Amino acid sequence: MTGPLHVGFIPLVDAAALIVAVDKGFAAAEGLDVTLVREVSWSNVRDKLNIGLFDAAHLLAPVAIASSLGLGHVKVPIAAPFNLGLNGNAITVSPALHADIMNDISGDPFDPMATALALARVVAKRRKSGAEPLTFGMTFPFSTHNYQLRFWMAAGGVDPDEDVRLVVLPPPYMVDSLASGHVDAFCVGAPWNSVAVDLGVGHILHFVADILVRAVEKVLAVRQDWSEKNPDVVAALVRAAFRAAEFIEQPQNRAEAARILAQPERIGVDADVIQRTLDGRLKISPDGTMRESNRYLLVGREGAPRPDPVQAAWLYAQMVRWGQASISPEALKAAMGVFRPDLYDAAFGRQAKPTEASGAIGAFAGPAFDANDIVGHLAAFEIGHRKS
Amino acid sequence: MGTESSPKIVIVDESPIRAAILEEGLREAGFTGVVHIREMQSLLARIYALDPDVILIDLENPSRDVLEQMFQVSRAVRRPIAMFVDQSDAASIQASVDAGVSAYIVDGLKKERIKPILDLCISRFNAFSKLQAELDHAKSALEDRKVIDRAKGILMKLKGLTEDEAYVLLRSTAMREKKKISEIAQSILTASELLK
Repeated sequence: MTGPLHVGFIPLVDAAALIVAVDKGFAAAEGLDVTLVREVSWSNVRDKLNIGLFDAAHLLAPVAIASSLGLGHVKVPIAAPFNLGLNGNAITVSPALHADIMNDISGDPFDPMATALALARVVAKRRKSGAEPLTFGMTFPFSTHNYQLRFWMAAGGVDPDEDVRLVVLPPPYMVDSLASGHVDAFCVGAPWNSVAVDLGVGHILHFVADILVRAVEKVLAVRQDWSEKNPDVVAALVRAAFRAAEFIEQPQNRAEAARILAQPERIGVDADVIQRTLDGRLKISPDGTMRESNRYLLVGREGAPRPDPVQAAWLYAQMVRWGQASISPEALKAAMGVFRPDLYDAAFGRQAKPTEASGAIGAFAGPAFDANDIVGHLAAFEIGHRKS
Repeated sequence: MGTESSPKIVIVDESPIRAAILEEGLREAGFTGVVHIREMQSLLARIYALDPDVILIDLENPSRDVLEQMFQVSRAVRRPIAMFVDQSDAASIQASVDAGVSAYIVDGLKKERIKPILDLCISRFNAFSKLQAELDHAKSALEDRKVIDRAKGILMKLKGLTEDEAYVLLRSTAMREKKKISEIAQSILTASELLK
Protein backbone atom coordinates (compact mmCIF):
# COMPACT_ATOMS: atom_id res chain seq x y z
CA MET A 1 0.00 0.00 0.00
CA THR A 2 1.40 3.39 -0.98
CA GLY A 3 0.92 6.53 1.04
CA PRO A 4 -2.47 8.22 0.82
CA LEU A 5 -3.12 10.05 -2.45
CA HIS A 6 -5.26 13.13 -2.82
CA VAL A 7 -6.94 13.40 -6.17
CA GLY A 8 -9.02 16.42 -7.20
CA PHE A 9 -12.05 16.32 -9.45
CA ILE A 10 -14.87 18.49 -10.73
CA PRO A 11 -18.36 16.98 -10.46
CA LEU A 12 -18.88 16.04 -14.12
CA VAL A 13 -19.77 12.71 -15.69
CA ASP A 14 -16.39 12.47 -17.40
CA ALA A 15 -14.79 12.02 -13.96
CA ALA A 16 -16.54 8.64 -14.02
CA ALA A 17 -13.49 6.42 -14.47
CA LEU A 18 -11.74 8.13 -11.58
CA ILE A 19 -14.72 8.05 -9.22
CA VAL A 20 -15.63 4.45 -10.02
CA ALA A 21 -11.97 3.42 -9.68
CA VAL A 22 -12.04 4.65 -6.10
CA ASP A 23 -15.60 3.89 -5.01
CA LYS A 24 -15.79 0.45 -6.62
CA GLY A 25 -12.45 -0.60 -5.14
CA PHE A 26 -10.31 -0.83 -8.29
CA ALA A 27 -7.83 1.65 -6.79
CA ALA A 28 -7.64 -0.26 -3.50
CA ALA A 29 -7.09 -3.49 -5.46
CA GLU A 30 -4.01 -1.82 -6.94
CA GLY A 31 -2.78 -1.03 -3.43
CA LEU A 32 -3.75 2.64 -3.67
CA ASP A 33 -5.29 4.62 -0.83
CA VAL A 34 -7.04 7.42 -2.71
CA THR A 35 -9.05 10.27 -1.25
CA LEU A 36 -11.11 12.09 -3.88
CA VAL A 37 -11.49 15.81 -3.30
CA ARG A 38 -14.39 17.54 -5.00
CA GLU A 39 -13.49 20.99 -6.28
CA VAL A 40 -15.50 23.97 -7.47
CA SER A 41 -13.23 25.46 -10.14
CA TRP A 42 -10.63 24.39 -12.68
CA SER A 43 -8.38 27.12 -11.32
CA ASN A 44 -8.44 25.40 -7.93
CA VAL A 45 -7.73 21.98 -9.43
CA ARG A 46 -4.83 23.39 -11.43
CA ASP A 47 -3.34 25.31 -8.51
CA LYS A 48 -3.70 22.50 -6.00
CA LEU A 49 -2.11 20.06 -8.42
CA ASN A 50 0.68 22.54 -9.15
CA ILE A 51 1.63 23.13 -5.54
CA GLY A 52 1.32 19.50 -4.52
CA LEU A 53 -1.88 19.54 -2.47
CA PHE A 54 -3.17 17.07 -5.06
CA ASP A 55 -1.11 14.15 -6.29
CA ALA A 56 -3.32 13.72 -9.33
CA ALA A 57 -6.41 15.32 -10.81
CA HIS A 58 -9.29 15.11 -13.25
CA LEU A 59 -8.24 17.95 -15.53
CA LEU A 60 -9.32 19.68 -18.74
CA ALA A 61 -6.88 18.46 -21.37
CA PRO A 62 -6.06 22.03 -22.55
CA VAL A 63 -5.30 23.11 -18.96
CA ALA A 64 -2.69 20.34 -18.73
CA ILE A 65 -1.10 21.73 -21.89
CA ALA A 66 -1.40 25.40 -20.84
CA SER A 67 0.16 24.61 -17.47
CA SER A 68 3.04 22.80 -19.16
CA LEU A 69 3.63 25.74 -21.51
CA GLY A 70 3.21 28.38 -18.80
CA LEU A 71 0.27 30.02 -20.59
CA GLY A 72 -1.76 32.40 -18.46
CA HIS A 73 -0.18 31.04 -15.32
CA VAL A 74 2.94 29.58 -13.75
CA LYS A 75 4.68 26.93 -15.77
CA VAL A 76 4.35 23.50 -14.20
CA PRO A 77 4.98 20.59 -16.56
CA ILE A 78 2.16 18.06 -16.42
CA ALA A 79 2.07 14.44 -17.50
CA ALA A 80 -1.22 12.92 -18.69
CA PRO A 81 -0.93 9.12 -18.75
CA PHE A 82 -4.66 8.41 -19.15
CA ASN A 83 -7.62 9.94 -20.96
CA LEU A 84 -10.63 10.01 -18.66
CA GLY A 85 -12.96 10.76 -21.54
CA LEU A 86 -13.31 11.61 -25.20
CA ASN A 87 -16.14 13.84 -26.45
CA GLY A 88 -18.97 14.22 -23.94
CA ASN A 89 -19.74 17.92 -24.43
CA ALA A 90 -22.74 19.39 -26.13
CA ILE A 91 -23.88 22.77 -27.37
CA THR A 92 -27.18 23.84 -25.87
CA VAL A 93 -29.09 26.90 -27.06
CA SER A 94 -32.02 28.81 -25.63
CA PRO A 95 -35.47 28.10 -27.10
CA ALA A 96 -35.40 31.55 -28.77
CA LEU A 97 -32.02 31.02 -30.42
CA HIS A 98 -33.04 27.50 -31.38
CA ALA A 99 -36.12 28.86 -33.16
CA ASP A 100 -34.02 31.51 -34.94
CA ILE A 101 -31.47 28.95 -36.12
CA MET A 102 -34.14 26.49 -37.29
CA ASN A 103 -35.88 29.34 -39.08
CA ASP A 104 -32.74 30.15 -41.04
CA ILE A 105 -31.36 26.66 -41.60
CA SER A 106 -31.10 24.93 -44.91
CA GLY A 107 -30.20 21.30 -44.59
CA ASP A 108 -29.90 18.75 -41.82
CA PRO A 109 -30.13 20.28 -38.33
CA PHE A 110 -27.60 17.70 -37.07
CA ASP A 111 -25.09 18.88 -39.68
CA PRO A 112 -22.85 21.38 -37.88
CA MET A 113 -22.07 23.22 -41.12
CA ALA A 114 -25.78 23.81 -41.68
CA THR A 115 -26.27 25.14 -38.14
CA ALA A 116 -23.11 27.25 -38.25
CA LEU A 117 -24.24 28.88 -41.51
CA ALA A 118 -27.67 29.45 -39.99
CA LEU A 119 -26.04 30.99 -36.92
CA ALA A 120 -24.11 33.34 -39.21
CA ARG A 121 -27.40 34.48 -40.76
CA VAL A 122 -28.95 34.98 -37.31
CA VAL A 123 -25.93 37.00 -36.22
CA ALA A 124 -26.10 39.16 -39.36
CA LYS A 125 -29.82 39.86 -38.85
CA ARG A 126 -29.28 40.77 -35.23
CA ARG A 127 -26.53 43.18 -36.15
CA LYS A 128 -28.75 44.79 -38.76
CA SER A 129 -31.58 45.24 -36.30
CA GLY A 130 -29.22 46.65 -33.68
CA ALA A 131 -29.76 43.75 -31.25
CA GLU A 132 -27.13 42.84 -28.67
CA PRO A 133 -24.57 40.30 -29.86
CA LEU A 134 -25.33 36.71 -28.84
CA THR A 135 -23.50 35.47 -25.75
CA PHE A 136 -22.08 31.94 -25.47
CA GLY A 137 -21.01 30.39 -22.19
CA MET A 138 -18.04 28.06 -21.89
CA THR A 139 -16.15 26.69 -18.93
CA PHE A 140 -12.62 28.03 -19.06
CA PRO A 141 -10.33 29.98 -21.40
CA PHE A 142 -8.20 26.85 -21.89
CA SER A 143 -11.06 24.46 -22.45
CA THR A 144 -12.24 22.08 -25.11
CA HIS A 145 -15.60 23.86 -24.82
CA ASN A 146 -14.05 27.15 -25.84
CA TYR A 147 -12.27 25.62 -28.86
CA GLN A 148 -15.24 23.50 -29.93
CA LEU A 149 -17.62 26.48 -29.91
CA ARG A 150 -15.10 28.57 -31.80
CA PHE A 151 -14.33 25.86 -34.34
CA TRP A 152 -18.01 25.32 -35.05
CA MET A 153 -19.14 28.93 -35.44
CA ALA A 154 -16.03 30.04 -37.32
CA ALA A 155 -16.69 27.35 -39.93
CA GLY A 156 -19.97 29.11 -40.68
CA GLY A 157 -18.32 32.51 -40.88
CA VAL A 158 -18.98 33.76 -37.34
CA ASP A 159 -15.95 35.37 -35.74
CA PRO A 160 -16.05 34.30 -32.08
CA ASP A 161 -14.12 37.38 -30.96
CA GLU A 162 -15.93 39.95 -33.10
CA ASP A 163 -19.45 38.77 -33.85
CA VAL A 164 -20.52 37.19 -30.56
CA ARG A 165 -19.43 37.21 -26.93
CA LEU A 166 -17.81 34.20 -25.33
CA VAL A 167 -17.88 34.21 -21.54
CA VAL A 168 -16.58 31.82 -18.93
CA LEU A 169 -19.24 30.39 -16.64
CA PRO A 170 -18.81 27.74 -13.97
CA PRO A 171 -20.78 24.66 -15.13
CA PRO A 172 -23.22 24.72 -12.18
CA TYR A 173 -24.24 28.27 -13.20
CA MET A 174 -24.78 27.46 -16.89
CA VAL A 175 -28.40 26.43 -16.68
CA ASP A 176 -29.47 29.41 -14.55
CA SER A 177 -27.64 31.75 -16.89
CA LEU A 178 -29.44 30.29 -19.90
CA ALA A 179 -32.79 30.51 -18.13
CA SER A 180 -32.21 34.14 -17.10
CA GLY A 181 -31.06 35.16 -20.58
CA HIS A 182 -27.58 36.00 -19.33
CA VAL A 183 -26.32 33.70 -22.10
CA ASP A 184 -28.04 32.54 -25.30
CA ALA A 185 -26.16 29.25 -25.54
CA PHE A 186 -23.40 27.27 -23.91
CA CYS A 187 -21.01 24.43 -24.46
CA VAL A 188 -20.50 22.24 -21.42
CA GLY A 189 -20.11 18.62 -20.37
CA ALA A 190 -22.66 16.33 -18.80
CA PRO A 191 -24.94 16.55 -16.94
CA TRP A 192 -25.62 20.24 -17.52
CA ASN A 193 -27.01 20.06 -21.06
CA SER A 194 -29.55 17.48 -19.96
CA VAL A 195 -30.44 19.52 -16.91
CA ALA A 196 -31.24 22.51 -19.14
CA VAL A 197 -33.40 20.37 -21.44
CA ASP A 198 -35.22 18.75 -18.51
CA LEU A 199 -36.02 22.19 -17.13
CA GLY A 200 -37.30 23.28 -20.52
CA VAL A 201 -34.84 26.17 -20.87
CA GLY A 202 -32.63 24.74 -23.61
CA HIS A 203 -32.33 22.60 -26.72
CA ILE A 204 -29.25 20.48 -27.34
CA LEU A 205 -28.17 21.65 -30.78
CA HIS A 206 -25.08 19.46 -31.15
CA PHE A 207 -23.16 16.72 -29.50
CA VAL A 208 -19.49 17.54 -29.79
CA ALA A 209 -19.09 14.29 -31.68
CA ASP A 210 -20.92 16.10 -34.54
CA ILE A 211 -18.10 18.63 -34.68
CA LEU A 212 -15.10 16.43 -33.93
CA VAL A 213 -15.33 12.67 -34.24
CA ARG A 214 -12.67 12.13 -31.61
CA ALA A 215 -11.86 14.90 -29.15
CA VAL A 216 -9.93 14.35 -25.94
CA GLU A 217 -11.82 15.96 -23.10
CA LYS A 218 -10.45 15.28 -19.60
CA VAL A 219 -7.21 13.64 -18.63
CA LEU A 220 -5.82 12.13 -15.50
CA ALA A 221 -3.07 14.64 -14.73
CA VAL A 222 -0.02 14.43 -12.50
CA ARG A 223 3.00 16.68 -12.18
CA GLN A 224 5.72 15.52 -14.50
CA ASP A 225 8.38 15.52 -11.78
CA TRP A 226 6.04 13.57 -9.49
CA SER A 227 5.45 10.99 -12.24
CA GLU A 228 9.19 10.50 -12.52
CA LYS A 229 9.55 9.92 -8.78
CA ASN A 230 6.48 7.67 -8.53
CA PRO A 231 6.33 5.52 -11.66
CA ASP A 232 4.72 2.61 -9.84
CA VAL A 233 1.98 4.77 -8.39
CA VAL A 234 1.28 6.27 -11.83
CA ALA A 235 1.07 2.77 -13.32
CA ALA A 236 -1.27 1.61 -10.56
CA LEU A 237 -3.50 4.69 -11.06
CA VAL A 238 -3.64 4.01 -14.80
CA ARG A 239 -4.60 0.37 -14.26
CA ALA A 240 -7.26 1.25 -11.70
CA ALA A 241 -8.78 3.89 -13.99
CA PHE A 242 -8.62 1.49 -16.93
CA ARG A 243 -10.49 -1.22 -15.04
CA ALA A 244 -13.09 1.32 -13.95
CA ALA A 245 -13.47 2.55 -17.55
CA GLU A 246 -14.00 -1.02 -18.74
CA PHE A 247 -16.52 -1.59 -15.96
CA ILE A 248 -18.49 1.53 -16.89
CA GLU A 249 -18.69 0.57 -20.55
CA GLN A 250 -20.40 -2.75 -19.82
CA PRO A 251 -24.10 -2.02 -20.37
CA GLN A 252 -25.10 -4.27 -17.46
CA ASN A 253 -22.95 -2.15 -15.10
CA ARG A 254 -24.27 1.23 -16.18
CA ALA A 255 -27.00 1.48 -13.57
CA GLU A 256 -24.56 0.69 -10.77
CA ALA A 257 -21.98 3.12 -12.16
CA ALA A 258 -24.63 5.82 -12.41
CA ARG A 259 -25.67 5.21 -8.79
CA ILE A 260 -22.06 5.54 -7.62
CA LEU A 261 -21.60 8.75 -9.58
CA ALA A 262 -24.92 10.21 -8.39
CA GLN A 263 -23.81 10.25 -4.73
CA PRO A 264 -24.05 13.74 -3.26
CA GLU A 265 -20.33 13.93 -2.49
CA ARG A 266 -19.49 12.86 -6.07
CA ILE A 267 -21.48 14.37 -8.96
CA GLY A 268 -24.66 14.82 -6.99
CA VAL A 269 -27.32 14.75 -9.72
CA ASP A 270 -29.97 12.19 -10.61
CA ALA A 271 -28.60 8.74 -11.45
CA ASP A 272 -31.01 8.67 -14.35
CA VAL A 273 -29.49 11.74 -16.00
CA ILE A 274 -26.01 10.29 -15.54
CA GLN A 275 -27.01 6.98 -17.05
CA ARG A 276 -28.49 8.71 -20.10
CA THR A 277 -25.12 10.37 -20.60
CA LEU A 278 -23.18 7.13 -20.27
CA ASP A 279 -25.61 5.45 -22.65
CA GLY A 280 -25.41 8.31 -25.16
CA ARG A 281 -29.18 8.56 -25.12
CA LEU A 282 -30.15 12.16 -24.52
CA LYS A 283 -33.32 14.13 -24.50
CA ILE A 284 -32.43 17.03 -26.79
CA SER A 285 -35.61 19.04 -26.71
CA PRO A 286 -38.06 19.99 -23.96
CA ASP A 287 -40.76 18.33 -26.11
CA GLY A 288 -39.15 14.98 -25.30
CA THR A 289 -37.30 14.31 -28.56
CA MET A 290 -34.52 11.83 -27.90
CA ARG A 291 -31.26 11.44 -29.76
CA GLU A 292 -28.83 8.56 -29.51
CA SER A 293 -25.16 8.49 -30.33
CA ASN A 294 -22.64 5.81 -29.53
CA ARG A 295 -19.97 8.53 -29.68
CA TYR A 296 -21.52 10.94 -27.20
CA LEU A 297 -19.03 10.15 -24.46
CA LEU A 298 -16.27 7.58 -24.81
CA VAL A 299 -14.84 6.38 -21.53
CA GLY A 300 -13.38 2.94 -22.10
CA ARG A 301 -14.35 2.18 -25.70
CA GLU A 302 -12.51 2.57 -28.98
CA GLY A 303 -9.14 2.92 -27.30
CA ALA A 304 -10.31 6.12 -25.63
CA PRO A 305 -8.11 5.84 -22.52
CA ARG A 306 -4.78 5.77 -24.35
CA PRO A 307 -3.26 9.26 -24.69
CA ASP A 308 -2.69 10.42 -28.25
CA PRO A 309 -0.12 13.23 -28.71
CA VAL A 310 -1.83 14.22 -31.99
CA GLN A 311 -4.82 15.28 -29.88
CA ALA A 312 -2.51 17.46 -27.79
CA ALA A 313 -1.13 19.00 -31.01
CA TRP A 314 -4.67 19.79 -32.18
CA LEU A 315 -5.46 21.55 -28.91
CA TYR A 316 -2.21 23.50 -29.12
CA ALA A 317 -3.13 24.49 -32.69
CA GLN A 318 -6.41 25.94 -31.36
CA MET A 319 -4.47 27.94 -28.76
CA VAL A 320 -2.37 29.31 -31.62
CA ARG A 321 -5.39 29.97 -33.84
CA TRP A 322 -7.11 32.05 -31.16
CA GLY A 323 -4.07 33.96 -29.98
CA GLN A 324 -3.52 32.21 -26.66
CA ALA A 325 -0.15 30.76 -27.64
CA SER A 326 2.65 31.66 -30.03
CA ILE A 327 3.68 29.11 -32.57
CA SER A 328 7.03 27.43 -32.07
CA PRO A 329 8.37 23.94 -32.69
CA GLU A 330 9.50 23.79 -29.04
CA ALA A 331 6.05 24.62 -27.72
CA LEU A 332 4.46 22.06 -30.05
CA LYS A 333 6.89 19.42 -28.83
CA ALA A 334 6.21 20.35 -25.20
CA ALA A 335 2.44 20.22 -25.78
CA MET A 336 2.60 16.81 -27.41
CA GLY A 337 4.91 15.64 -24.63
CA VAL A 338 2.14 16.19 -22.06
CA PHE A 339 0.20 13.22 -23.43
CA ARG A 340 2.03 10.09 -22.36
CA PRO A 341 1.12 6.90 -24.20
CA ASP A 342 4.46 5.53 -22.96
CA LEU A 343 3.32 5.74 -19.32
CA TYR A 344 -0.02 4.23 -20.30
CA ASP A 345 1.65 1.31 -22.07
CA ALA A 346 4.15 0.83 -19.24
CA ALA A 347 1.27 0.38 -16.81
CA PHE A 348 0.31 -2.76 -18.72
CA GLY A 349 3.89 -3.95 -19.14
CA ARG A 350 3.90 -3.16 -22.83
CA GLN A 351 6.60 -1.48 -24.85
CA ALA A 352 5.59 1.97 -26.04
CA LYS A 353 4.12 1.79 -29.51
CA PRO A 354 4.55 4.61 -32.00
CA THR A 355 1.33 6.59 -32.19
CA GLU A 356 -0.66 6.46 -35.37
CA ALA A 357 -0.59 9.66 -37.39
CA SER A 358 -3.32 12.23 -37.98
CA GLY A 359 -6.87 11.71 -39.13
CA ALA A 360 -7.71 10.93 -35.53
CA ILE A 361 -9.55 14.22 -34.96
CA GLY A 362 -12.21 14.02 -37.66
CA ALA A 363 -13.30 17.66 -37.70
CA PHE A 364 -16.37 18.47 -39.79
CA ALA A 365 -14.67 21.40 -41.53
CA GLY A 366 -11.25 22.12 -42.95
CA PRO A 367 -8.50 19.76 -44.05
CA ALA A 368 -7.47 16.70 -42.04
CA PHE A 369 -5.29 17.75 -39.14
CA ASP A 370 -1.55 17.50 -39.63
CA ALA A 371 0.48 17.82 -36.44
CA ASN A 372 3.64 18.26 -38.53
CA ASP A 373 2.33 21.36 -40.28
CA ILE A 374 0.24 23.44 -37.92
CA VAL A 375 0.94 26.69 -39.77
CA GLY A 376 -0.21 25.16 -43.04
CA HIS A 377 -3.22 23.61 -41.35
CA LEU A 378 -4.33 26.86 -39.73
CA ALA A 379 -3.86 28.74 -43.01
CA ALA A 380 -6.80 26.74 -44.36
CA PHE A 381 -9.15 28.47 -41.91
CA GLU A 382 -10.31 31.94 -42.80
CA ILE A 383 -11.15 33.16 -39.32
CA GLY A 384 -8.51 33.22 -36.61
CA HIS A 385 -6.67 35.62 -34.37
CA ARG A 386 -3.04 34.55 -34.35
CA LYS A 387 -0.65 36.45 -32.15
CA SER A 388 1.22 38.98 -34.25
CA MET B 1 -3.78 55.02 -9.89
CA GLY B 2 -0.89 57.10 -8.55
CA THR B 3 1.88 55.16 -6.91
CA GLU B 4 1.20 56.80 -3.55
CA SER B 5 -2.56 56.42 -3.47
CA SER B 6 -4.24 53.38 -1.95
CA PRO B 7 -4.84 50.63 -4.51
CA LYS B 8 -8.46 49.88 -5.29
CA ILE B 9 -9.29 46.43 -3.96
CA VAL B 10 -12.29 44.27 -4.85
CA ILE B 11 -13.27 41.38 -2.59
CA VAL B 12 -15.30 38.65 -4.33
CA ASP B 13 -16.81 36.53 -1.60
CA GLU B 14 -20.26 35.06 -1.06
CA SER B 15 -19.67 35.00 2.70
CA PRO B 16 -20.60 38.45 4.01
CA ILE B 17 -19.01 37.81 7.40
CA ARG B 18 -15.65 36.79 6.02
CA ALA B 19 -15.68 39.66 3.55
CA ALA B 20 -16.45 42.07 6.40
CA ILE B 21 -13.58 40.68 8.48
CA LEU B 22 -11.21 41.12 5.55
CA GLU B 23 -12.50 44.54 4.63
CA GLU B 24 -12.09 45.74 8.19
CA GLY B 25 -8.52 44.46 8.29
CA LEU B 26 -7.68 46.17 5.03
CA ARG B 27 -9.17 49.47 6.18
CA GLU B 28 -7.27 49.30 9.47
CA ALA B 29 -4.09 48.80 7.47
CA GLY B 30 -4.84 51.95 5.52
CA PHE B 31 -6.33 50.45 2.36
CA THR B 32 -9.39 52.59 1.98
CA GLY B 33 -10.61 51.74 -1.50
CA VAL B 34 -12.24 48.38 -0.79
CA VAL B 35 -15.40 47.13 -2.51
CA HIS B 36 -17.15 43.84 -1.74
CA ILE B 37 -18.94 41.95 -4.55
CA ARG B 38 -21.31 39.31 -3.28
CA GLU B 39 -23.51 38.79 -6.33
CA MET B 40 -21.90 36.54 -8.95
CA GLN B 41 -24.17 37.48 -11.86
CA SER B 42 -22.34 39.66 -14.39
CA LEU B 43 -19.24 39.44 -12.25
CA LEU B 44 -16.82 40.47 -14.98
CA ALA B 45 -18.90 43.46 -16.03
CA ARG B 46 -18.98 44.67 -12.44
CA ILE B 47 -15.24 44.22 -12.06
CA TYR B 48 -14.53 46.05 -15.30
CA ALA B 49 -16.76 48.90 -14.16
CA LEU B 50 -14.93 49.14 -10.82
CA ASP B 51 -11.55 48.81 -12.53
CA PRO B 52 -9.69 47.55 -9.46
CA ASP B 53 -5.96 47.13 -8.97
CA VAL B 54 -6.33 44.03 -6.86
CA ILE B 55 -9.05 41.36 -6.78
CA LEU B 56 -9.30 38.93 -3.89
CA ILE B 57 -11.50 35.85 -4.26
CA ASP B 58 -12.17 32.92 -1.97
CA LEU B 59 -11.31 29.49 -3.32
CA GLU B 60 -14.74 28.06 -2.51
CA ASN B 61 -16.13 30.31 -5.19
CA PRO B 62 -16.73 28.64 -8.59
CA SER B 63 -16.48 32.09 -10.16
CA ARG B 64 -12.73 31.92 -9.84
CA ASP B 65 -12.78 30.42 -13.33
CA VAL B 66 -14.62 33.51 -14.55
CA LEU B 67 -11.74 35.67 -13.35
CA GLU B 68 -9.29 33.56 -15.34
CA GLN B 69 -10.86 35.07 -18.43
CA MET B 70 -9.28 38.38 -17.51
CA PHE B 71 -5.86 37.04 -18.47
CA GLN B 72 -7.06 36.71 -22.02
CA VAL B 73 -6.50 39.52 -24.43
CA SER B 74 -9.88 41.08 -24.89
CA ARG B 75 -11.24 44.40 -25.91
CA ALA B 76 -13.33 44.43 -22.78
CA VAL B 77 -10.28 44.60 -20.55
CA ARG B 78 -8.81 48.03 -20.10
CA ARG B 79 -5.83 46.81 -18.16
CA PRO B 80 -4.34 43.34 -18.29
CA ILE B 81 -4.81 41.38 -15.10
CA ALA B 82 -2.69 38.53 -13.84
CA MET B 83 -2.96 36.12 -11.02
CA PHE B 84 -0.63 37.02 -8.20
CA VAL B 85 1.99 34.36 -8.35
CA ASP B 86 5.48 35.07 -7.29
CA GLN B 87 7.45 32.18 -8.69
CA SER B 88 10.29 32.93 -6.29
CA ASP B 89 7.99 32.59 -3.31
CA ALA B 90 6.26 29.21 -3.37
CA ALA B 91 5.55 29.48 0.35
CA SER B 92 3.26 32.45 -0.11
CA ILE B 93 1.25 30.68 -2.82
CA GLN B 94 0.96 27.65 -0.58
CA ALA B 95 -0.10 29.83 2.34
CA SER B 96 -2.78 31.55 0.31
CA VAL B 97 -4.21 28.29 -1.07
CA ASP B 98 -4.16 26.81 2.44
CA ALA B 99 -5.99 29.84 3.74
CA GLY B 100 -8.47 29.55 0.87
CA VAL B 101 -7.90 32.78 -0.99
CA SER B 102 -6.47 33.85 -4.29
CA ALA B 103 -5.36 37.24 -5.54
CA TYR B 104 -5.43 38.80 -8.98
CA ILE B 105 -3.59 42.02 -9.73
CA VAL B 106 -3.26 44.43 -12.62
CA ASP B 107 -0.09 43.85 -14.51
CA GLY B 108 2.68 46.11 -13.36
CA LEU B 109 1.54 46.56 -9.79
CA LYS B 110 4.67 46.17 -7.73
CA LYS B 111 5.19 43.06 -5.68
CA GLU B 112 5.99 45.14 -2.59
CA ARG B 113 2.55 46.70 -2.82
CA ILE B 114 0.58 43.47 -3.18
CA LYS B 115 2.53 41.44 -0.62
CA PRO B 116 1.14 43.19 2.50
CA ILE B 117 -2.39 42.94 1.09
CA LEU B 118 -2.04 39.24 0.45
CA ASP B 119 -0.43 38.62 3.84
CA LEU B 120 -3.26 40.43 5.55
CA CYS B 121 -5.76 38.52 3.49
CA ILE B 122 -4.19 35.18 4.45
CA SER B 123 -4.19 36.02 8.14
CA ARG B 124 -7.81 37.24 8.06
CA PHE B 125 -8.96 34.18 6.14
CA ASN B 126 -7.17 31.96 8.65
CA ALA B 127 -8.73 33.91 11.49
CA PHE B 128 -12.15 33.38 9.94
CA SER B 129 -11.54 29.62 9.57
CA LYS B 130 -10.45 29.46 13.21
CA LEU B 131 -13.57 31.34 14.24
CA GLN B 132 -15.69 28.99 12.17
CA ALA B 133 -13.96 25.95 13.70
CA GLU B 134 -14.50 27.33 17.20
CA LEU B 135 -18.14 27.96 16.45
CA ASP B 136 -18.55 24.41 15.11
CA HIS B 137 -16.76 23.10 18.16
CA ALA B 138 -18.97 25.11 20.49
CA LYS B 139 -22.06 23.86 18.67
CA SER B 140 -21.01 20.23 18.95
CA ALA B 141 -20.01 20.72 22.61
CA LEU B 142 -23.50 22.04 23.26
CA GLU B 143 -24.97 19.03 21.47
CA ASP B 144 -22.78 16.69 23.55
CA ARG B 145 -23.89 18.47 26.71
CA LYS B 146 -27.54 17.85 25.84
CA VAL B 147 -26.95 14.17 25.07
CA ILE B 148 -25.01 13.66 28.33
CA ASP B 149 -27.72 15.39 30.37
CA ARG B 150 -30.41 13.16 28.88
CA ALA B 151 -28.32 10.02 29.47
CA LYS B 152 -27.73 11.09 33.08
CA GLY B 153 -31.48 11.51 33.49
CA ILE B 154 -32.11 7.98 32.23
CA LEU B 155 -29.46 6.49 34.53
CA MET B 156 -30.80 8.42 37.52
CA LYS B 157 -34.29 7.17 36.87
CA LEU B 158 -33.48 3.54 36.05
CA LYS B 159 -30.74 2.95 38.62
CA GLY B 160 -31.80 5.41 41.30
CA LEU B 161 -28.52 7.31 41.13
CA THR B 162 -27.79 10.92 42.02
CA GLU B 163 -26.71 13.19 39.18
CA ASP B 164 -23.08 13.03 40.27
CA GLU B 165 -23.14 9.22 40.49
CA ALA B 166 -24.70 9.01 37.02
CA TYR B 167 -21.94 11.20 35.61
CA VAL B 168 -19.21 9.15 37.34
CA LEU B 169 -20.71 5.98 35.88
CA LEU B 170 -20.73 7.48 32.39
CA ARG B 171 -17.16 8.72 32.75
CA SER B 172 -15.75 5.46 34.10
CA THR B 173 -17.49 3.47 31.37
CA ALA B 174 -16.09 5.82 28.73
CA MET B 175 -12.58 5.42 30.14
CA ARG B 176 -12.88 1.64 30.27
CA GLU B 177 -14.20 1.44 26.69
CA LYS B 178 -11.77 4.13 25.46
CA LYS B 179 -14.64 6.20 24.10
CA LYS B 180 -15.90 9.72 24.59
CA ILE B 181 -18.45 10.32 27.33
CA SER B 182 -20.82 11.70 24.70
CA GLU B 183 -20.55 8.43 22.74
CA ILE B 184 -21.48 6.35 25.79
CA ALA B 185 -24.31 8.77 26.50
CA GLN B 186 -25.52 8.47 22.91
CA SER B 187 -25.55 4.65 23.14
CA ILE B 188 -27.63 4.88 26.31
CA LEU B 189 -30.13 7.09 24.48
CA THR B 190 -30.21 4.71 21.53
CA ALA B 191 -30.66 1.69 23.79
CA SER B 192 -33.44 3.36 25.73
CA GLU B 193 -35.20 4.24 22.48
CA LEU B 194 -34.99 0.59 21.41
CA LEU B 195 -36.22 -0.70 24.74
CA LYS B 196 -39.17 1.64 24.91
